[in-house]
Amino acid sequence: MALLEVDGLKAGYGRIEVLHGISLRLEPHALCAIVGANGAGKTTLLMTLSRLVPIRAGHVRFDGRDVTRVRPHQLVRAGLVHVPEGRRMLAQMSVEENLLVAAAAQPSAATAAHIRELYERFPILGTRRSLPAGSLSGGEQQMLAIARALVARPKALLLDEPSMGLAPKLVEQIFEIIAAERARGTSILLVEQNARKALALADYAYVLERGAIALEGKGVDLLGRDEIVAAYLGVTPATS
Amino acid sequence: MIAQQLLNGLFLGAVYALFAVGYTLVFGVLDILNLAHAAIFTAAAFAAFSLASMGVPIPLALLAAAVMAGIMGILLDRVAFAPLRARNAGTLVPLISSIGVAIVIGAVLRGIYGVDERHFAIGGAAAAPVIHLGTVRFTTVELLIFLSAIALMLVLGWILRATALGRSIRAVAEDRVAAALLGVDLERTIGATFFIASSLGGAAGVLTGLEYNSATIDMGGPIELKGLAVIILGGMGSVTGAVAGGFILGAVETLAIAFGLSAWRDAILFGVMFLLLVARPTGLFGKRTLRAA
Repeated sequence: MALLEVDGLKAGYGRIEVLHGISLRLEPHALCAIVGANGAGKTTLLMTLSRLVPIRAGHVRFDGRDVTRVRPHQLVRAGLVHVPEGRRMLAQMSVEENLLVAAAAQPSAATAAHIRELYERFPILGTRRSLPAGSLSGGEQQMLAIARALVARPKALLLDEPSMGLAPKLVEQIFEIIAAERARGTSILLVEQNARKALALADYAYVLERGAIALEGKGVDLLGRDEIVAAYLGVTPATS
Repeated sequence: MIAQQLLNGLFLGAVYALFAVGYTLVFGVLDILNLAHAAIFTAAAFAAFSLASMGVPIPLALLAAAVMAGIMGILLDRVAFAPLRARNAGTLVPLISSIGVAIVIGAVLRGIYGVDERHFAIGGAAAAPVIHLGTVRFTTVELLIFLSAIALMLVLGWILRATALGRSIRAVAEDRVAAALLGVDLERTIGATFFIASSLGGAAGVLTGLEYNSATIDMGGPIELKGLAVIILGGMGSVTGAVAGGFILGAVETLAIAFGLSAWRDAILFGVMFLLLVARPTGLFGKRTLRAA
């Protein structure tokens, strides 16, 4: 059974409907990519999945439970954690406080040890722990954004453009972190501008077009079809 | 003479600051001005008066009135702000609904207490024993008012800096979406913010009532405007700024009187504020830049 099942999801802002009935599955231990042009609704989809944009129609099941009508913090507790576009640092708070805010939202008390563990995994965050998060570099901020999400020990991560605005070397590093997290058994729903990279990594992928799923299939299959790469992903095979 | 006036300014400023920190805390978290803050300030002063007249000791009456004010704050949020928040009503509509709540609170108080001034049995600050310290003099009640205000602000500082609730409040103030995605329960955190802000505002009301030995229906009017000046001066949403602004206001006000300019008091006050804002448009401790419309 899928970890995350979305059926006929509709959502939008005001009078504008952005998502016109999205259905998708995220299997346990899988990495699923969502690609599509700017404005296709990728970020709205993730924001709706984490309930910061209300659901207008459709159903969402997570971990065997209907979570269509829950509040955002309840999803985090259930193990569905969203790393938003633009990283959204609590810039005036320290690196450690960013982690502690996430820890305080957890019911378990073993969080101090867990935060130490995260510092071991991301040593750069350990050395910066008392600095304001806003003073970190872009790559460090993305690392903190992911580490902050891992405090909740998620079963599934929703990652929105984790490589955005990063230098190629840092993009590699972030993708390594994503691959490592997936190897630990976390399911990942990845929204990426860098579609070629995302598809290469993904078990399964959906192409989103104007608020609807236009295509779906195994990542490598989609990647192998030049017309898809050209039409949806904004890069021609020759230039990459 | 100057030392005495500065001391008076300190006493006055502590209460202004206490009122203003609650005001600015709600603004920091929700980006809205809670114009019912002064009404809760007044209600708490009357509640403490009622308790004191039933024989409850003043410190206990202060505490009970502050807790009652905190609960009023939670109700205020549920009635005036939460329904609008759920509909993304922006920041102007809640301003109006908080005025509505302020009017209701005022009417209820008028219904219970009438329009007459009420006095505490202990006779207020002026009647209390006087302490002489070098060239300055003050009363024990003034000292207690000052120490209570400082203690409450220190407790607030500790909560915000060192507790999980305080971190959640600061997280919501900085970025509500980020906080929610980290698992912070927004509604609970906002409710706690209203409790804290309103209990501090209520305590300021009780202390003001003690200072002048009176509670009146319209006692919230002047402090509402001054509180607004204080939080603009300090930087909207900045608790440190509200404390600094409160003391500056207290000092300017008493010094103006000391120099025989009491008729010009408010003109001087707002003149100083004007000059400071020309130099620092976001206020003394304001970090946030003006938002793009």
